[in-house]
Amino acid sequence: MAGKQKHTRTKNQLKMGEVKVLGSWSSPYGLRVQWALGLKSVEYEYIDEDLLNKSQMLLKYNPVHKKIPVLVHNGKPSAESAVILEYIEETWPQPHPLLPKDPYERAMVRFWINFLDNKDKVAPFITFFIGVGEEHKKAVNEAKELLKLYEEQVLGEKKYFGGEEIGMLDLAMGWMAYFGVIEEIVDVKILDAETFPRLHAWIQNFRAHPVIKNNLPDHDRLLQNYTEKRQRFLPYSPHTENA
Amino acid sequence: MAEEVKLLKTWSSRFGLRVVWALKLKGIPYEAIDLSNKSALLLQYNPVHKKIPVLVHNGNPISESLVILEYIDETWKQNPILPQDPLHRARERFWAKFSDEKLLPSVWGAFTKEGKDREEAMAATMENLKFVEEELKGKKFFSGEKIGLVDLVFGWLANLISIFEEVSGFNIVGEGYPLLSAWMQEFSELPVIKDTWPPRDKMIIKYQALYDKYHPAK
Repeated sequence: MAGKQKHTRTKNQLKMGEVKVLGSWSSPYGLRVQWALGLKSVEYEYIDEDLLNKSQMLLKYNPVHKKIPVLVHNGKPSAESAVILEYIEETWPQPHPLLPKDPYERAMVRFWINFLDNKDKVAPFITFFIGVGEEHKKAVNEAKELLKLYEEQVLGEKKYFGGEEIGMLDLAMGWMAYFGVIEEIVDVKILDAETFPRLHAWIQNFRAHPVIKNNLPDHDRLLQNYTEKRQRFLPYSPHTENA
Repeated sequence: MAEEVKLLKTWSSRFGLRVVWALKLKGIPYEAIDLSNKSALLLQYNPVHKKIPVLVHNGNPISESLVILEYIDETWKQNPILPQDPLHRARERFWAKFSDEKLLPSVWGAFTKEGKDREEAMAATMENLKFVEEELKGKKFFSGEKIGLVDLVFGWLANLISIFEEVSGFNIVGEGYPLLSAWMQEFSELPVIKDTWPPRDKMIIKYQALYDKYHPAK
């Protein structure tokens, strides 16, 4: 078995060519791509983008959206994280396939990635982070409903969203792996172990995987950076006297 | 066992129409179930989303037109909608998302918003259409010599734009987009597309009513 894996790894090194990833240290969309490459033992050069000061390279490789992540393989760029994940899966199918074989099961994975990435489904979590008052209360309820859906209907009894192994949907759900920092800053817990025992267990398992563990944003850096971000967006900051 | 393919859609749905085209292209027989109102049947097949289109294959429901198109291409291999090469497939998927996540919302904004919001939506639409026009350079269809995923996904442009223009009196795709205008013409005339558009008079009535709702007379 070890011999077979070694052969596959060598195969990927030969097929690899030149792989670059333009990402941002705290973006879950960029991390998805890095995790996928890591799981498949594909070496790549990581280029961290300052999103307030975008590089010429980023503008050249993604002129339409000017956003990360971008994967550049042998000079050819692909953009949009969900699109990139499919590209990675098709280019390096082994090791560690990220999609099931059955077309219906593949459709279910694609459906849920599309679902959770929809801006209406992301919005409650953003409002949870920077909203106040009634708006915040509403966001908490909406977020909990979504989490309940993910816990009961999508994850269910499985260890990972992908079954026994991490799959594409786990990578898309990866933002949950460090959502605890957001909760710490807002000082409200919604993804708690009692209400969401399965998601909680999933987070522990996901974070423990060696590829994921080595590619998570630093906790303290997140805490500092996100605290600053929140203060920029909150209408009433403790630092202003007019609350 | 005979294949059982059902398609739940509405008479005017641009997303349902994509699936119709894909099934026609591949010669897949199916039963079309038109739902003018959300019904118990829809809730049975699509409890989470409560949206059409829904493709039901041998009792298994699939929602989201882009997901359905990929499923169809993987299940029935004749007349492929997506190319073989991963990079080309990535490009097609990119533009499919662009249609639904960027272009359609900006066009919808230009149709429904007022004042400064409308101006912004029009500006966004113009910019988005420029990218689309650029993508057609040197090609007959978005997918090359024959239509593919991107053509099916952009298909709504070939019908809805002229309806929006007629109802609102605004010009959206004019002389500034010669390649796009030519594509809209070529696409509409393809045998698999030609007679599939929803009845124009019904569409005008529907979108006139929507337009009036968003732009109440002062």
